[in-house]
Amino acid sequence: METLEQIKTRVELAVPGASLTVIQNGSPCAQHSILVDNEHALEVARFLQQDPQLRLDYLSNVTGVDWLEQVLQEKSRSRRVIDGVEREIEETTEKRVPGYLEAIYHLYSMELKHGPVILRLRTSDRAKGTVLPSLTPLWRGAEFQEREIFDLYGIRFEGHPDLRRILMWDSFADHPMRKDYVEPDDYEYEPTPHDEVLERARQHYLPRT
Amino acid sequence: MTGPDSSHTHTDTASPPAWRRPTYELRPQAEGDGRMLEISMGPQHPSTHGVFRMDVMLDGERVVKLKPVFGYLHRNHEKIGESTTYLASMPYTDRLDYFCSLTNNWAYALAVERLAGLQVPERAEYIRVILAELTRLQNHACLGGFLLQDMGASGTPLMYAFREREKILDLFEALTGARMMCNYMRFGGCRCDLPPGWLERARALVAGFPRFLDEFEALLTGNEILMSRTQGVGVLPRELAINASITGPGLRASGVNYDLRKADPYGIYPRFSFRIPLGDHGDVYDRYMMRVLEMRESLKILEQALRDIPDGPIIDPKAKIRGFRPKPGEAYARLEGPKGELGFFLISDGSPNPYRYRVRPPSLINLTVLEDLCLGHHVADVVIILGSVDIVLGEVDR
Repeated sequence: METLEQIKTRVELAVPGASLTVIQNGSPCAQHSILVDNEHALEVARFLQQDPQLRLDYLSNVTGVDWLEQVLQEKSRSRRVIDGVEREIEETTEKRVPGYLEAIYHLYSMELKHGPVILRLRTSDRAKGTVLPSLTPLWRGAEFQEREIFDLYGIRFEGHPDLRRILMWDSFADHPMRKDYVEPDDYEYEPTPHDEVLERARQHYLPRT
Repeated sequence: MTGPDSSHTHTDTASPPAWRRPTYELRPQAEGDGRMLEISMGPQHPSTHGVFRMDVMLDGERVVKLKPVFGYLHRNHEKIGESTTYLASMPYTDRLDYFCSLTNNWAYALAVERLAGLQVPERAEYIRVILAELTRLQNHACLGGFLLQDMGASGTPLMYAFREREKILDLFEALTGARMMCNYMRFGGCRCDLPPGWLERARALVAGFPRFLDEFEALLTGNEILMSRTQGVGVLPRELAINASITGPGLRASGVNYDLRKADPYGIYPRFSFRIPLGDHGDVYDRYMMRVLEMRESLKILEQALRDIPDGPIIDPKAKIRGFRPKPGEAYARLEGPKGELGFFLISDGSPNPYRYRVRPPSLINLTVLEDLCLGHHVADVVIILGSVDIVLGEVDR
């Protein structure tokens, strides 16, 4: 199979405007990945699926990852004149790296038996902009996996044909796989038809005045 | 519900949509009265192999719509994996697909070994292959039994299969101390060496297994009732199988030659000579036959592995059991489990816990096409189609 750099060059030629970044992986297995911009992700994925040299017809795995906001502290020394005396001052500046959610797609080729080509899509933040293009229109194998990420991470996949919660119940509000998720005290609470019945029973037994 | 081609705004008329959601044409009004019945099969239905629910819309006896509902057994396995150390997740992988705990162990160990760059000694590789193929044997044998049970052959085929499974579970118990929750693999090897006499017992089992298979097949494979219930039922087309990420015997029944033991070899599988059975029609009968034929191939692998297993250490001496911290990075590893491609994806940030611990569950993803397989068939066929997909709810819901 071609190297990721070769794939990147060919994709950028075929899909004008797409910006791809190769992300290195420090592990000995050296499975490097490609970060794709969200606007062109569907086009890029379509190219990878249909290109005769790659034919990545099989989407093996879709993973959601939550990256929290990081605060990096940098110490810097500078000389300044304070009250007419030159002094050396140590300053710490905080640099905030905003958090984001990520969806990672592992693509293989069943026809040519090679892979993986790993695609990464990133949301703009963790709060309001958690929208990514869905790759389910291309690979149906992503259908349940993207639903699971929507359920557990809260990434909304635009273009997904049936985006509902899959493992948690529909009235559940939070996204339990996020790193800052705090489980409620009554985590076993689940609304059931019995609640209505219990409420009626409570009303029935209210002390009469 | 909107189809994938209508809801996204992308307009590329040259390339047709990669897949289309299936539709079922209603019978003309003259035949039926046009009224439909919605029934909820499960979550406590004996045919669903666990707590699994299907919302089925019926026109007479025919399935018009089918929606699977999951989550009854959900305990957020992945979150638990992220809040414990790498090793502490190993016994918990047993609970994913509790029929095949040893292949789950192996898949997880494989991912961690890729992540940290560990080597596995020769003897441990052989032990892993032997255990994985024994697991495949008992899973496929039981699947045949369950499938027949779903078809109405109550008891007998299942008990025949369970009799063989007991012998294999006895071997697991002698080696690992547990029949189902084995917790046997370690990063860079295995937990303990084979007890004395184990190999002879395993050889005797492998020598006796074809007799069971012959008997099982003589009773079932040519059985007229089984053939008329399964042939042409639940046909999965080849293109859809690939596009929907179907793996395992269900994929190969549709004629796609993709078995990770050959296509993306792991462990020492390239050393063994075996063949990959392929189906022609992709129906329930082919999926049943795939299992029977795969058992015969597994026996070939077992004979070779039990013949060639060398002496030596069973775990890499450099592998750290305690205080294990891989360098920052990520790794995805997958293997051919009895139910399909089982994968683990790990991201390490250098701490003792994985930052991300993801399981690629074959049972869940194989259910993607359940509606496609069932549309237009009778309710009774839904039960055997689900049986032929081969799911375990511990893995579907995680």
